[in-house]
Amino acid sequence: MKKNTTKVSLPKKKVSASVYFRKYWQLYLLLLLPMAYLIIFKYVPMVYIQIAFKDYKIGMSPFKMPLTTKNGMKYFIQAFSNKDFINALRNTLVLNILDLVCGFPAPIIFALILNELCFKRFKKITQTIAYMPHFLSWVIVASLALQLFAPTNGFVNQVINAMGRDSVPFLNDPAHWVATYIFMGVWQSFGWNSIVYLAAIAGISPELYEAASVDGAGRFKKMWHITLPGIRPTIVVLLIMNLGNILGSSFDRPYAFQNNLVMKVANVIATFVYKNGIKGLQFSLTTAVGLFQSVICVIFLLLANWISRKLGERGIW
Amino acid sequence: MNEKEYKVSKPISDKIFGVIVVIFLASFVIITLYPVINTVALSFNDGIDAVRGGIYLWPRKFSMKNYKTVFAMQNIWTGAKVTVARTVLATLTSLFANALLAFVVSRKRFLFKSQLSLFWVITMYVNGGMIPVFLLYKNLGLTGTFNVYWVPGMISAFNMLVMRTYMEGIPESLEESAQLDGAGYFTIFKDIISPLRKPVYATVALFIAVWQWNSWFDAMLYNRMKTQYTTLQYELMKLLSSVMQQSGSAENAKNAGGNTITPITIRAAVTVATMLPIVCLYPFLQRYFVTGLTIGGVKE
Repeated sequence: MKKNTTKVSLPKKKVSASVYFRKYWQLYLLLLLPMAYLIIFKYVPMVYIQIAFKDYKIGMSPFKMPLTTKNGMKYFIQAFSNKDFINALRNTLVLNILDLVCGFPAPIIFALILNELCFKRFKKITQTIAYMPHFLSWVIVASLALQLFAPTNGFVNQVINAMGRDSVPFLNDPAHWVATYIFMGVWQSFGWNSIVYLAAIAGISPELYEAASVDGAGRFKKMWHITLPGIRPTIVVLLIMNLGNILGSSFDRPYAFQNNLVMKVANVIATFVYKNGIKGLQFSLTTAVGLFQSVICVIFLLLANWISRKLGERGIW
Repeated sequence: MNEKEYKVSKPISDKIFGVIVVIFLASFVIITLYPVINTVALSFNDGIDAVRGGIYLWPRKFSMKNYKTVFAMQNIWTGAKVTVARTVLATLTSLFANALLAFVVSRKRFLFKSQLSLFWVITMYVNGGMIPVFLLYKNLGLTGTFNVYWVPGMISAFNMLVMRTYMEGIPESLEESAQLDGAGYFTIFKDIISPLRKPVYATVALFIAVWQWNSWFDAMLYNRMKTQYTTLQYELMKLLSSVMQQSGSAENAKNAGGNTITPITIRAAVTVATMLPIVCLYPFLQRYFVTGLTIGGVKE
């Protein structure tokens, strides 16, 4: 709609193109460098994607590389018959779903509870502390986890030992590793993600609370019947957007946490691409894998955006 | 806050609720802080003594030896220098570039606004992927250089959009009156818009600086062979993976705790040195990034 209005109003102002450009050429000059940057660093890599369909040859332009057999689908077929890749695909999905199930409600709960706190100073300090983990890199988080969950002298296992139980191999046993990985993920993100919810809560009309007090509602009732419904639109949008990213995979977090004993649950698409592409030099195969992941991600994202708009919420663009 | 008026008639259930709230938040705070405090305590503890375990919030046998050892390590020094250099350089260049672009696309007189925004927003969701990007950097001669840290990431759609939202809020009349006085767009950007938008500059600068400080993936990917371009985070990563692989290879992980290549206290000292600058910095910028995130209407 915006586009239409500009198009309609422009001819009125436009005395002539040359006058317009004589007046505003500076704007376009300022744009030259960023545009060049954008094309080189963001769009040129997309040209390289075609090596997914071609046999990679060192020192050859991607346009000249020969198409692979099976109409260029050779590496896609190869990927899906690769046990490691199927495993990585499954792990990516499982870890992301677990992240969503555990990590999505955490900031909402935190924001709701924080909102109920009456001591302003304590509230402020709590917020500041809660934002802290977001500023730590995954390497640091992994380092903290390694200490916290260490088998002999880690805090968690010392508590377990004190209760007369054996140490739990939190980082070396696949099932426990997944739990640790998810826990540290929640630990790192709950505070930061609560910012959006806190802002939404701040936007709820105080009159609603006053009316509820008059009606004799307790604090919990007010939280349940006013605050929670008040932030529902925000929750819906963020949930849908998170669902859209269900096959996305970052590299830092799994790579920082993984070790040889847990590879069968810790190997995700990004680490698969790193291992086989950068280290194994199978450029075509890993580009194909990356392309597959990107396409799925975009489909999910568009779907999520569409659902969001269907539900009457705002989309992401 | 508005509860205060009803203090007199507060029912008992509300008091219980208030207590539960405090307990909940206190445990959130403890869970968040404990791993960090524990690591700080360890980093100040004697290395051999720490193996026994039982160090929680305070060092048992105080020692500065860990930090002395860490700062005597050549790779840590190099990493620290590179990390500081890339953070400073990238923050300055990237802030300038993003601000300039946001300024242009937020001007009312500018044509192709929405088309150009779309062109940028696409890059937030679609990219070439790890391998195509790697091959491009290789062809451009960026791999194995310091430039790979700050050149490719100079403009980010996210930061640009946050800044644009802010700059759109500046009344057009301000710009027009400046133009009547003969100011060009360069002057408007430099002398009118930028001073007015310091908070958003602070927010975006923080985002860029944190991102730069915390990056290690690029050091590993593009500069693995160039030890002179290593970063602090990457050195910590190398330390960790040596520990992880060792505990991975030893089946009886229970006994491996004391025999790691690097004492846990050294690891703790490196971790603390790596996170300290950011942990000290972000509280001062909190009010900026909170409003930056919420008013910008964009979420990471």
